Parts: sequence; C-alpha cells; structure tokens
Amino acid sequence: MRKCSLANSQLLFDKIAENMPLYIPVDLEKGRVAYKQYQSGMKMSDALKTDRSAKDFFFPQTENLMEFKTEGKSIEIIDTRSEAQDFVVFGVRACDVKSLEVLDKVFLAEPVDSYYKNRREHGVIVSMACTRPTETCFCSTFGIDASAPAGDIECYKTEDAFYFDAKTEKGKALLSKLDCVTEDCGDEQVKAQKEQIKKVLDKLPLKDLKADEFGADKTDKFFNSPEWKTLSESCLGCGTCTFVCPTCQCYDIKDFKTNKGVQRFRCWDSCMYSDFTKMSAGQPRLTQMERFRQRFMHKLVYFPTNNDGMFSCVGCGRCVAKCPISMNIVKVMKTLGGKNND
Amino acid sequence: MQVNEYKPKIVAFCCNWCSYAGADLAGSNRLSYPAEVKVIRVPCSCRVNPMFILRAFQRGADGVILCGCHPGDCHYTSGNYYTRRRMALLFSMLEYLGIEKERTRVEWVSAAEGAKFAQTMNDFVATVKSLGENKRLEDLRCKR
Amino acid sequence: MQKITRETLIEKAKSLLADGTVTRVLGWKKGDFSYDVTPAIFTSVEQMQNDFVYSEFSGANFSKYLIKETKKEDGKVLVFLKPCDTYSFNQLLTEHRFDREKVYAVGIPCEGMLDENKIKKAVGDGILSVCCDGDAVKVETLYDGVKQLNKGDVLSERCLNCKSKKHVAYDELLGEDGEVIDSNRFDEVEKLEKMTADERFAFWQNELSRCIRCNACRDVCPACTCEKCVFDNPNSGVENKSPANSFEEKMFHIIRAFHVAGRCTDCGECSRVCPQQIPLHLLNRKFIKDINAFYGDYQAGAEVGSRAPLVNYTKEDLEPSEAVNREDK
Repeated sequence: MRKCSLANSQLLFDKIAENMPLYIPVDLEKGRVAYKQYQSGMKMSDALKTDRSAKDFFFPQTENLMEFKTEGKSIEIIDTRSEAQDFVVFGVRACDVKSLEVLDKVFLAEPVDSYYKNRREHGVIVSMACTRPTETCFCSTFGIDASAPAGDIECYKTEDAFYFDAKTEKGKALLSKLDCVTEDCGDEQVKAQKEQIKKVLDKLPLKDLKADEFGADKTDKFFNSPEWKTLSESCLGCGTCTFVCPTCQCYDIKDFKTNKGVQRFRCWDSCMYSDFTKMSAGQPRLTQMERFRQRFMHKLVYFPTNNDGMFSCVGCGRCVAKCPISMNIVKVMKTLGGKNND
Repeated sequence: MQVNEYKPKIVAFCCNWCSYAGADLAGSNRLSYPAEVKVIRVPCSCRVNPMFILRAFQRGADGVILCGCHPGDCHYTSGNYYTRRRMALLFSMLEYLGIEKERTRVEWVSAAEGAKFAQTMNDFVATVKSLGENKRLEDLRCKR
Repeated sequence: MQKITRETLIEKAKSLLADGTVTRVLGWKKGDFSYDVTPAIFTSVEQMQNDFVYSEFSGANFSKYLIKETKKEDGKVLVFLKPCDTYSFNQLLTEHRFDREKVYAVGIPCEGMLDENKIKKAVGDGILSVCCDGDAVKVETLYDGVKQLNKGDVLSERCLNCKSKKHVAYDELLGEDGEVIDSNRFDEVEKLEKMTADERFAFWQNELSRCIRCNACRDVCPACTCEKCVFDNPNSGVENKSPANSFEEKMFHIIRAFHVAGRCTDCGECSRVCPQQIPLHLLNRKFIKDINAFYGDYQAGAEVGSRAPLVNYTKEDLEPSEAVNREDK
C-alpha cells in the first residue's frame, strides 16, 4: 500500500497527467459534478457521485463507427477509429467500478465489441471508497462493498492522505510511476476507514432492500404481474433513467448522410422510447407498460439469466434521484419483491 | 495566381407566386445576382417552418433568406402574415442564442420586382460574406 | 382561512368517490424519501390513506395525464390542480386534447414547491426527510443531524417567480383563490438579452452541451402532445436519439421551444425535470416575452378558446427585421 498526503495531491495529479490524460470529478455550478480532464491546479470534488457515470469513457453516448464514400459504383469504407491512448479515471465509486464489469459481460463477450475493448484496455480506473454514501445508495443490495471499491487501483481518501492499493497489472504499472509522490505505508488508516464505512452503510435508509426474490430464470414469476400496470401508470416514457444509468448498454446504429458520404455512428438508445428496436413491423413493445417492464426485467431477471446471476443494477441511485416522476428500481423491487422488502 | 475568394452559401426560400416569379423576372431582365444563392421554391412562404431554416444551416448554408409576397398579397390570403410572426419569433430566438442576426432575413418580393430581387440578393450575399462562415449553427459532419 | 392539508384532500376525495361523482383520483403518491413523490391513480380511500401525499414536493402537473385518463371508459377522474396547473388544463382544453366531461377538477392552493437540487446543494448528502413549517424547512440528514433552511432559499425557480395564484379552471375550489401576480419572471431573460452575442452564445453552448436528449422536457410538457414527435419519427429526417454534436443540441431545443411558443403556459415542468439542470424555461420565457412585446400581452391558458398568437395575425405586425433590431429590449 502506498500513500500520498493530500497536501501533495496537486503533485500527484500533475505527475499522472504528465504521461496521459487524467479525468477527475470536478464541482460545477448548481451543485453539479462531472468528470473533467485534469489541468494543473484543478480541484477534485468531494461529492459522492458525478452526474453522469464513468460509463461515458468506455461507451460514449455517440461514437462514430465508420464512414462510407461512394464514387460511381464503387464504395470506400473508411475506418474512422483513432487508436485510443492510455488514460486514467480518478475517483470512481464502487458502484461505477462494478458497472464496468457488467458492461464487460456485454461488450467483451463474443462477438467482442472492438470499440469498447480498445478503450477498456487503455483506461486505468482509480476507484474511491465512499465515506459518505447518500440516502439513494443501495449498492449493498447487489453485493457491492462501498468500502472495497476495487478498480485497477483501489483508493481511500482520509482526512490527510490518499491511500493506494494496486489491484491489477495496469494499476501496478501506474502506481510504480508515482513513486516520487507516494510512499510506502501500513494499512491501519484504511482499516479504520473501512470500519467507519461499514457503520455508515448500516444506517442508510435503503440498507434492507433485498434482491433475493429476483435473479436468473424468474421470468415467469414476474412477467405477468398485475403490478406492472400501476407501476408504469405515470411513466413519461423519457430516457432519463437509462441515460444516467451506469449499466444501461442498449444502443442504436444510425447513418448520417453528410454532404460527401455517409457517417455511420452509434448512440445510446433507451428501451423507454417508442422507437426503440423499431423494425419494419414496428416496435415490439407497443405500450409504455411493456417498455417499462422490459427495463426492470432486464436489470433484475434477463441479465442474471444470461450472466450467471449477475444483476445489471449496481445501486448507484442515479435513477432514484433523477426520474422526473420518481418511479425507480427501488420502488419496483419493493412492490414486486414481496415480503422481503416490506 | 488566383486567390480563393470566400463565397458564402446562401439558401433562398422563394414563394411560388411572387418571389420565385420575381427571380424569374430578374433573370429575364439580365439582372445579375451571385450564383451562390440557391433558390428553393416553396408553395407559400408559410410553408417554411423553423426546421427548414435550421436544416439549411446544418447542411452548410451561411445565410438563409425567405422571400414571399408582400403582406396583403398572399396567394392564399394570409400565409405570409403567419410567416411574418413565426420568423419574427424565430429570428429573435436565434439572436438570443447568440447566432448572428444578419444570417437570416425575410424580404417581400413581388412578381414584378425583378430588380428588387436581384438587389436584395446582392445585398444579402454581401452582408453574409462580411460575416464569414457560419460557425455557430454548423454541423461539422456536413463540412467534410 | 382553512388550511388545505393532505387530510382535507382525502376527505374531499372520499365524499366524491362515495357519491359516485368520480371513480378514481389522480394524486401524488409518497415514496421512500420526502421528495420522491410519484403521480398515481387511487381507486379507494384506503389507498389514499396509505399512500396519498400533498407536500412541498407535489410539484408534478397533472394536466397532461388527463389526455390518457379521459380516454378510459371508466367514469370521471378527480384531479387536484394547483393554480399553475389550471393554465395547462385550459390550454389543453383549448386544443381539444381531453374530454372535460370526464374530469372533476378540484382547485387547491399552493404555497410554492421546493427544489430538491437546491436542498441537496445546501445540506449535502444523506437527506432522510424534509419537513416544511411555515418559512422554515427542516432537513433531517444522515451526517449532520437536523439542518434548518429558509424556504425562500430552496423554493423552486418557477415558484420564486410564480406568475399566478389564481385558479383559472375548476369544478370546485378548496381554500381561497389568489391573484395573478406581477412577477419578475422575465428578469433573467432580460439579463441575457443585455449580454453581447458572444456571451449569449457561450452561455447557451455551455448549458445545452449538457443535454443528454432524454426528452424528459418534452415528455413532461403539457403543451407537447403530438401523437408522434418529429424527433421520434425515423421518416422525418431529423430523428436523433442523442445529440451527435452541438448543432443537434441547439436544433432540438429551438424546435421544442418554438413548437410550444404561444401555447406554453410557463408551468416550468421542463426545467423541474431536467436531469442536467438546463434552464429550459429561459427559452420558453424568451418566446413569451417576445410575444408580449410584439403582439400584446398574452397568457396561454388564461381562458379556454383563446387564439394563440402564432395562429393569429394583424396586418400591422412588425417585420422580422424589426424584431431583431429593436432598441427597447
């Protein structure tokens, strides 16, 4: 374990940014928090969560895939990818780290998504333990430990220092480059913080939310539940929940006709939209109730069915905070989850 | 050596009944106006909705001008009155978003005003030329 | 004056359900925290006693839900309308968007709704409950005990600039009716107008670049009631599911605001729901301010059947060139 005193944090960031782009969470106006590329002197936010998750670095909202140029009867296909360079994302919380594991299941399984893989290989995640989780947090429901955030380098921030513990080869490589600003240390401080975090987690209002009722092969149990109708009654059909979600991975591939050719790009799509997975025969889910059900069934049943029981919700609570009508996965689980969640 | 002079791209939406005929008359009278002006004929100036204007900018226009019958002379009685209100609000909104107000214009040109058509276009092209390329409402994908 | 509380509303619903006037109630349902209130349909008094809530977070405007509700063949629906909601109600009626016969509207007074983002910014993480008592807002937090805030500091923007406490539509009114207020809601628009074009461009570029195109502003808007939006229609040529670049961000927001120009009642739902906190009301208010300046004062929804400014004209209207070159703004 290595440590770097907070007084030296500027040096630390400068040192990382010397070699590769470094992204840190930064406070913006109106209480907003976002990842920004580090420029010397920038101050890291202490906020719990960035408004948008770290998903953006690996699976951006829009991404150009290729270009076509036609001349006469010939068509030229141009690969517009630029080779990604190494980069560091600093201060990723346990839930967001876990969300990348969820995305890996989708994009790194055959057929491998080379665009995603490219970024994933070049990105180094420095996580951050949560000392002040908020009321919307429920990561423990999905077995995530906010006191052990994982990532390539596991990081703890105490009152006076950062503590680093490299977890992967990538992390070790980065940490070894930071020898001049870090020093060896014991893990007493970190242990104390872990204890403290566990105590706080126990006080969270959603700590008793259980996902036991859900999981692989429970489709029949929930699919025809009459509760879906009341749950989705006031859903606006907007895409807020899907776009702030760190694990939502659906996308659409579209062609944009430029003045000289065609730009093929992909962009996030939302199962809440009326034109989601639209085919020549139309959209398979005709009502908002069906679309609403799709989202939650995917997170709680379909995904675990296909991925050894892994849920595709990480309990970050962004949808809980952002939904315009405050309908969210917590309410769905409480309503459908029966006695366990009363 | 020839210097590559900046030539703005201008889209002119012209109403079928007055302004388009006005453009025709300008042509018949051998009045010249810059070739950068691309005329698009519309059945009435009020056929042009805000999306047309924005899409013209997206596709690379540096200026968009909308020409219709003089108020009171609309072939459909009142179409251009609606145009007038819509464009007043739209242009004001574009200006509010910080987009140069000189890039958009509405002119009333009758079928008999060939000279006015040519003069309007010359004037508009010169104005847009002095502004330079449209940067604030551009879609880079269309510029490659 | 009788104070209108949750109990008053449940009593009212109880009697209307009992005598068969209505078959169901459109109301606010409590959530896990004080601020996560969800619009819901209640069909019995028991349900209401369990879950109904009327608090400083009952901001959702129910008018738009009436379109869906009145299509059901199931008697009348009881709806509670705050003053600003009644304007949307009237505007939708003007556009023949729902069946008035199938609605029983109860006007209720409103003391202003709170903005949870402002509360979060003021007290930080871990808000366990929020309780309002007069001008004091007590926030129970996980880390710092109970914190006291001033209601005025955490009131939502639309309530700070409330345009009217008067109900313009109802079958029955609970409490006393208020007055139309001479608000300062155009001050911020004016401030922007006074900036240079470069400053305005930078301002909007910064605000709109945050847009994630979740469409919440459109989907919640009581004036946005097209069956199929151009932005959802693959055949429109402008359909886009995410803003691919700054042009598409601007196009969406200009067109969205323009399409409701003259019909927007300034209910402020768009800004309330925006997950990225983009001040969308500043676009709508610009149109309202311009309409007032160009064509005379007009408040959408103030009365049923009024002709919206954009489907109207006079022979003396100002020219677009005059609109952008005014001295007086």
